[in-house]
Amino acid sequence: MQTAIKMKSAFTGQHQAENKFTEHSPIVALPLPERVILPLQQHIGAPCELIVKKKDEVRVGQIIAESKGFCSAPIHATISGTITKVVPLIGPGNSNIVEAVEITADGDDQWAEMSGIAELNSAPNPSATLQAIAELNRDDVIARVKSAGLVGLGGAAFPTFIKLMKPQGKTIDTVILNGCECEPYITSDHRAMLEYARDVLLGFCVIYHMHEPQQAYIAIEDNKQDAIALYSKLIPEMGLAGKIRVASLKSQYPMGAEKTLIKTILGREVPIGALPLDVGVVVQNVTTSKSIWDSLTQGKPLIDRVVTVTGAVKEPKNLLVRIGTPIQTLIDYCGGLQDGVTEIIAGGPMMGVSVTDTSYPVTKGTNCILAKKTIPLQISECINCGRCISSCPMRLLPIMFVRAVKRNKYEVCSEYRIENCMECGSCAYGCPANIPIVEFIKTGKMMLRRIKAAKKLA
Amino acid sequence: MEETTNTAGGSGIKYLISHAPHAWKGESVSRIMWLVIAALLFPTAAGIYYFGFNAIGVIIVSVLFAVGTEWVCKHMRGKPFIMDGSAVVTGLLLALIMPPTIPLWMVAVGAIFSIGIAKEVFGGLGYNVFNPALAGRAFMMVCFAQPLTTWVAPTFFGADAVTTATPLNENFIIPPEKAAFYWDLFIGNIGGSIGETSFLLCLLGGIVLLAFKIIDWHIPVAFFGAVMIVAFLFGQDPVVHLLSGGLALGAFFMATDYATSPLTMRGRLLFGAGCGILTVLIRQLGGMPEGVCFSILLMNSLTPLIDRHLQPKPFGSVKKA
Repeated sequence: MQTAIKMKSAFTGQHQAENKFTEHSPIVALPLPERVILPLQQHIGAPCELIVKKKDEVRVGQIIAESKGFCSAPIHATISGTITKVVPLIGPGNSNIVEAVEITADGDDQWAEMSGIAELNSAPNPSATLQAIAELNRDDVIARVKSAGLVGLGGAAFPTFIKLMKPQGKTIDTVILNGCECEPYITSDHRAMLEYARDVLLGFCVIYHMHEPQQAYIAIEDNKQDAIALYSKLIPEMGLAGKIRVASLKSQYPMGAEKTLIKTILGREVPIGALPLDVGVVVQNVTTSKSIWDSLTQGKPLIDRVVTVTGAVKEPKNLLVRIGTPIQTLIDYCGGLQDGVTEIIAGGPMMGVSVTDTSYPVTKGTNCILAKKTIPLQISECINCGRCISSCPMRLLPIMFVRAVKRNKYEVCSEYRIENCMECGSCAYGCPANIPIVEFIKTGKMMLRRIKAAKKLA
Repeated sequence: MEETTNTAGGSGIKYLISHAPHAWKGESVSRIMWLVIAALLFPTAAGIYYFGFNAIGVIIVSVLFAVGTEWVCKHMRGKPFIMDGSAVVTGLLLALIMPPTIPLWMVAVGAIFSIGIAKEVFGGLGYNVFNPALAGRAFMMVCFAQPLTTWVAPTFFGADAVTTATPLNENFIIPPEKAAFYWDLFIGNIGGSIGETSFLLCLLGGIVLLAFKIIDWHIPVAFFGAVMIVAFLFGQDPVVHLLSGGLALGAFFMATDYATSPLTMRGRLLFGAGCGILTVLIRQLGGMPEGVCFSILLMNSLTPLIDRHLQPKPFGSVKKA
């Protein structure tokens, strides 16, 4: 039994009402949907190029769109059936139109040929498995993870294979498995950590092998005592005591964001505009870690994920969902909506985006569907109380951005380092005047991008 | 349109769009103002206890005229009048810094100035540069100097008003019975403005504000600290300076006013310290006997400068080599 290291928070944040209705609900597999809609961009990076066409028959796990460009992840069919449509789709929270493929189910669940790494599967006992991991060919791992279309499942959807590559000119000395899940309501990572614990740790071993760090932590907020206890027991049992430790962190929003997490655990600040690898750290979500393991042992691409359906639904649940399933199917499976629901949000209450049409699908980055009733808010003038400033984890001055955007002075935004804002929403959360600060910040960022683009053309 | 912009079929139900974040702490301007009023009830109670009917009269007139002026001004500007409590706070604060024997019509004039000129003309809540109650008092000092500097010993209810000197007039000379003097200062059994005499009750009000996180500790602590240090440097008794002259009322309720104090923590410490230094300097070297009112007003004028220069270093700022 290894004791978890308790770490104090290193930034200002708030403890929010957790509302984790589903923290004790085991993951339930959603029955196969009748059709799935797969947007061709579900990750940070360039959209993929379609390699199938209408009326083609596809099987589960078959690649249907290839990556273009370096930072990209291929898309695979998530049910077996026929391609019925290729339509343009506007996603929630986007002004981009991406192409999407609709697959209508054939009633079976036929999978494409997949193969995992033989050495991993044939290891006779756990220590042999660890040995086999330590002997994996690194380039092979990266190729497999890339072709499996894995992306970060914590919400950001960054292509995973890039994070497994050793960066040029920099050394990674710490790996952090992110199991914080700091937003209220969401429990998908929590349940995945509990139910797939061994796979999460074996995936971690792969990451460890790829980077050979000096230390590693699995970061869990202290509102998930069951997970902390489980990993404290499991890590020494699996012989990993020298490699990774449990870090028990204060339940504070936004503890799970990469930058604040690294600051809390290591005391290092990622410089503005830089990445964690610039301070020698790789952060990987716990569910992504499991998906790495699945892709290496079974050759399984990213075709399903855990989604928490919660809020004002009749029976909140954690569901294992085939990617591309329309959101309405999930809501129906949870008993439907309670009376008076006016908003559906994909994501958590702090950073999620509104979904207007529930036939929109679950994508690789969807970790939660939240149903809520609108609370009418009175927006008033700023009273200069400074609560936004004292709650900003990035030590910015949110109210200055609001004022600059209102007066169209976007260079002021740049001066005050708006690019450092991670849009966590802590400022707007505590504002007594209910000013929609994050909206102003998003506008400011967009205008700065346009100004920059216009300058390039000039 | 159906085929191209959303997926086939569509559930037919459209949901509302709202901005992230979709959760709120539950703060509101009204809640803050009413909590401030609740905290102010402590010094108000002290004022009414010590100065009886005089105090009640001044308080009622001040609050009524403050709220009334705001209503008129909002009407004239075509803006909605929301009873969020901010005018009540200004009216109440102004009453608490008035001498108890002041003629009520003068109080009305002061209240009209506080809200009408020092607040509404600048743009209303959040836009004022100077603390409205203190600006009102300063205005009245200029117009009605004599009544504003006439002090009486506590009258309680019914006793006749007897003019007296306050520790400030006495130039902080401490009478021989030191402990009893400190005690009188602490509980407020001395002459002075209605709400400022009792350090104890102003402190209780301040603790309420701190407990509900309406204010943070930086401005009051810096203010008190600076006063005591500078007083000591002048060879004066720091405790007397701390306990008298409405310092507690000013430090907790007036210097901490949101619109007129800096936004950042470092800025607030500097602001509080500046107020403290100026207070003692005015008390010792200036012609006025009381320093808190003017020191805060002077520091108010420096707030935008402090905000511009004392900003927190953003996360991940790299030191330029």
